[in-house]
Amino acid sequence: MDLITPEVGLIFWQTIVFLILMLILAKFAWKPILGAVRTREESINEALVSAEDARKEMQNLKADNEKLLQEARAERDEMLKEARQLKEKMIAEAEGDAQEKANKIVAKAKESIEMEKRAAMADIKNQVATLSIEIAEKVIGKELSTEEKQHQMIDKMLNDATLN
Amino acid sequence: MELLHVGLAALGAGLAVVGAAIGVGKIGAAAMDAIARQPEASGKIQTAMIIAAALVEGVALFGVVAALLGVLTT
Amino acid sequence: MQPNLEPIILSRPGTMIAHKSLKIIVTFTLALALLPFNAFAKADPQAEESKEFNPTDMIMHHIGDSHGWHFFGEGDSSFTLPLPVILFTDNGMVTFMSSEFHHDTEGQYVVEKDGMRFVNYHEDIYKLDAGAESVEFDEEHNVLNASKPWDFSITKNVAAMLLTVVLMLIFFFGLAGHHKKNKKAPAGFNNILETLVLFVRDEIARPQIGEKKYMKFMPFLLTVFFFIWITNLLGLLPGAANVTGNIAVTVSLGLFTLALILINGNRDFWQHTLWMPGIPTFVKPILAVVEVLGLIIKPVALMIRLFANITAGHIIILSLIGLIFILESAGVAGISVPFALFITILELLVAFLQAFIFTMLSALFIGMAVAEHEHH
Repeated sequence: MDLITPEVGLIFWQTIVFLILMLILAKFAWKPILGAVRTREESINEALVSAEDARKEMQNLKADNEKLLQEARAERDEMLKEARQLKEKMIAEAEGDAQEKANKIVAKAKESIEMEKRAAMADIKNQVATLSIEIAEKVIGKELSTEEKQHQMIDKMLNDATLN
Repeated sequence: MELLHVGLAALGAGLAVVGAAIGVGKIGAAAMDAIARQPEASGKIQTAMIIAAALVEGVALFGVVAALLGVLTT
Repeated sequence: MQPNLEPIILSRPGTMIAHKSLKIIVTFTLALALLPFNAFAKADPQAEESKEFNPTDMIMHHIGDSHGWHFFGEGDSSFTLPLPVILFTDNGMVTFMSSEFHHDTEGQYVVEKDGMRFVNYHEDIYKLDAGAESVEFDEEHNVLNASKPWDFSITKNVAAMLLTVVLMLIFFFGLAGHHKKNKKAPAGFNNILETLVLFVRDEIARPQIGEKKYMKFMPFLLTVFFFIWITNLLGLLPGAANVTGNIAVTVSLGLFTLALILINGNRDFWQHTLWMPGIPTFVKPILAVVEVLGLIIKPVALMIRLFANITAGHIIILSLIGLIFILESAGVAGISVPFALFITILELLVAFLQAFIFTMLSALFIGMAVAEHEHH
């Protein structure tokens, strides 16, 4: 058996054995293995892609949330501002009303005081008049008890009247 | 006579190996250089290096086999 | 080599287990690699007692093919697995077990079958002519009194080859079975196998042949890669056959590559081989001869590379061990055994490297044959 002269028998067996091995393995081993590996790689790729998508979606959602939050915050600020303004306005209005009412009350009081005063004055006048008349009657009664005195008086008055 | 044949064959094999050694050495040196320059391409460089070294080695093995033929046919 | 990291990263949970298994396998292989030295050390001194130690014969016996699978021992006390001998003579097929030669390889012991007489002379089987008692040769080593029948025996190499086949069927049917049952990445040993399958696909087939056509050649590339690698590793075990270091085996493997190139070569490939465009007409025939020669030399280089690398490794290891018996001193073992161990470890690397290179270059040549050229 020489080292570098190939033997026909061994070439024959090697060729047959290798061919059969290759065909059997190709059908029952390589095909399912490579197929499974490929499917797995594809599913991994898909998973990676969908993970990326989910990440993007999450980011979008986050951005949306942020936006919503900002909007809500702005709205709240707006509302607070409005409320404050309303409060100030209400306070101002209330103050104005109160002032007015007070003024009115004061005015009314003044008016009624005036009226009272006037009534009192009128009363006093009447009283004074009555008193005066009474006094005058009494005085006149005394003065004009005589005829002479009565004439004197009338004359004097007539004189005054003419002068007027 | 036979000793001369065997001796010559051995010398031939030795010369083939010297040639291959120089060749593979140069390939290795160049590959090292290339990897040092571009470490990120080391995988590709190694593959190319192994192929080139295999081709050089193949030539040397031709020489060795020729020498073997010389020995075994005497 | 820089194995593609992606598949490993993708199947991370399994890698730890894979590393563990790999460790065990490497340790086991290394341990086994140490054994042949013991085997030789025990077996060969006995031979030395009876006749002078001839290192060439010892080495040739160990790297050559044989009709029986000899493990250890000498003569009738040896442990040898008998293998069937299948011969095609002028009178039809003859079969008998190799044990009928009684371990004789000197052409002395005659086996009679179907009225024909056979001898085993240095593992070549001769059919003796009528009246001849033993095979005789003339000066030029031509046989005088016998003829050589076609020898299709299940030799040691064929048996070792079948062992590789059985291992591959077990391994990859197991992996395929795993994939049939569940979709997850496999763990443990199957994960190693799958990583290697992906290595062949992503580092060899895809870059060399191209994304479009590589699938068609994957069965060949995977089978040839694992066949060569597993056979190489088995060849390093004690008592194992030197299958990939046998030129007949590599010739057959090389022929497969050549056949694939010839069958799958496209129009562009043949045009560039036989009638190279774009050069003066009178150069074309010359270039065609060169190209056709190149076409044949490529697979020849493949087969010689594998054969020579593996055989050289075995010869070096055997020579280092043989030194002990040449110098007839056990002290030499102190130097030559560590050296042989070193070479054996190197051979573990070479076993992978040669499988890788054979597959890689096959893919490269096939890729060149199926490449779509851009027309200028």
